[in-house]
Amino acid sequence: MSSAVEPRGWTKAMLHANGWMVYLFFYAPILLLVIFSFSASRNVGTWGGWTLDWYREFGDNQSARNALSDSLKVAVFSTVVSVVLGTMAALSLERFTFRGKQVFDALLYLPIIIPDVTMAVMMLLFFSQFFDVINMVFGLNMRKGFNSIVASHIAFSISFVSVVVRARLAGMDNKMEEAALDLYATRWKAFRHVTLPQISPGIAGGALLAMTLSLDDVVITQFVAGPGWTTLPVYVFGLIRKGVTPLINAISVVMLIASMTLVVLSLVLERARGGTGTQ
Amino acid sequence: MTMVDESVKDVGVEATPEFEAAAIRQESQRGFLLALPSYAYLVLFFVVPLVIVVVYSFATRNQFGGTDLSGWNIDSYAKLGEPIVRAILFRSVWLALITTVICLMIGYPFAYFLATRSQRIRNVMLVFVMIPFWTNFLVRNYAWRVILGNDGPFTKTTEFLGLGEHELLFSQTAVVLGLVYGFLPFMILPLYASIERIDTGLLEASRDLYANGWQSFRRVLLPLSTPGVIAGSILCFVPSLGAYVTPEILGGAKTTLLGSYIVTQFLTARNWPLGASLSFVLMAIMLSATLVYFRKGGQTL
Repeated sequence: MSSAVEPRGWTKAMLHANGWMVYLFFYAPILLLVIFSFSASRNVGTWGGWTLDWYREFGDNQSARNALSDSLKVAVFSTVVSVVLGTMAALSLERFTFRGKQVFDALLYLPIIIPDVTMAVMMLLFFSQFFDVINMVFGLNMRKGFNSIVASHIAFSISFVSVVVRARLAGMDNKMEEAALDLYATRWKAFRHVTLPQISPGIAGGALLAMTLSLDDVVITQFVAGPGWTTLPVYVFGLIRKGVTPLINAISVVMLIASMTLVVLSLVLERARGGTGTQ
Repeated sequence: MTMVDESVKDVGVEATPEFEAAAIRQESQRGFLLALPSYAYLVLFFVVPLVIVVVYSFATRNQFGGTDLSGWNIDSYAKLGEPIVRAILFRSVWLALITTVICLMIGYPFAYFLATRSQRIRNVMLVFVMIPFWTNFLVRNYAWRVILGNDGPFTKTTEFLGLGEHELLFSQTAVVLGLVYGFLPFMILPLYASIERIDTGLLEASRDLYANGWQSFRRVLLPLSTPGVIAGSILCFVPSLGAYVTPEILGGAKTTLLGSYIVTQFLTARNWPLGASLSFVLMAIMLSATLVYFRKGGQTL
């Protein structure tokens, strides 16, 4: 904006102050949490000298480690499935017309805007019926656990992946695909050699988003987790409700680092996308 | 190419050469097959669960804490009028409203500040807004638990400043603080998107015509950024209303909110019909808010 409308005097000072305060507000709590995770004091919010004890305790804690590995398994599995399904959905919506397309489009938006708690309730009620039916029909003994957690995560991740991939597809020229088809490439070859390389940053972005959402979710997972299966956030949430301990500080920081890594990766991707995308 | 299109439109499907119609049908089939896996998945794992919630909301809770699906009634919706439930509904709406207003008051000047920076500084600043937006929500709430907790940095600071001992944790203030912390980026990003698009010439023109700073904000900037205000407010209000994690971590027994109350109905009170009807109401609020958003010509982030 030009200097003619640039606020002056008090307004300017207030705007600057507000800007710095917002960043302080965003980052101070995170920074303090990281610092206190190295504090030797048993009280989570007081400083008692440097230590790595709580991280060591995390390493020695079998149930925390199990929750971590469960979390990673769930995240990887649900990400892979939702990336494939979400990309297919994005392609169908951006490149084809078919009957029921509008209904499908609307349906894809629902999991994004529905409140967590409502989705959690939906999944709880659904799986309490679904497994009964499946077990009765196929004579199995399926229970809530890995299956139900992964199925729920996929149900909300497909939508997010498809939104990200669609944004990429929409900004892309389909003349190249048409040229490939004119030059006798099969549909699959045109997709494999022309479309896919161009949308891959979008797919990667969608995958990172799906993984972040899966690793972050507490409410829905808590409702569909079963005996022997909890993810790390649900485990931590349970610990917090029992009472805060320095161990939670350490686990929280590990989770923080994981999600920060994913953000940085996706921002780097965004940069790469901006560099190669149209304009 | 255009000739073919016109012939399809004018002459109709019957008269088109057969291969043309077949090709169109095949394309449409391809599209449908591509959509089918995710379509079917969402029907099974989203639409069916949604229907089940609706069915449960009309069911009856029996004395064993189970649910009788026979004999539909609207008892659980009638329960929404009971004092306890009504108090929780009001409190949730109230806190969500306060959260939204605070986010708007902090977020608007911030978004304006952001939009008036140079391109390079703006990009860096945006990245630092995006990071908390993506960072684990549970951990960010927990950080406040540590700060506000017993003998934590907050109490230390108020003592140091001579304000005496303040206990914020487990209060409504703490919940609002956590909600603002969680949803402020949801307010800033759409506001920034809509302020950034405004033609600055209009602001200059208003100043040239002797409007003072307040007048040009009130008459030019604010009306032009209304879509961003609406979008940001909805994005803050709706998740605040259904918040569960924040009130559980930062709130106390006296500050039960809608989200926690719904969860309680399923995990401890075992009144599934009531929980189902409440979550359905929550979803209805969300859907109407989204409709308002699209009516006002908003767009997704």
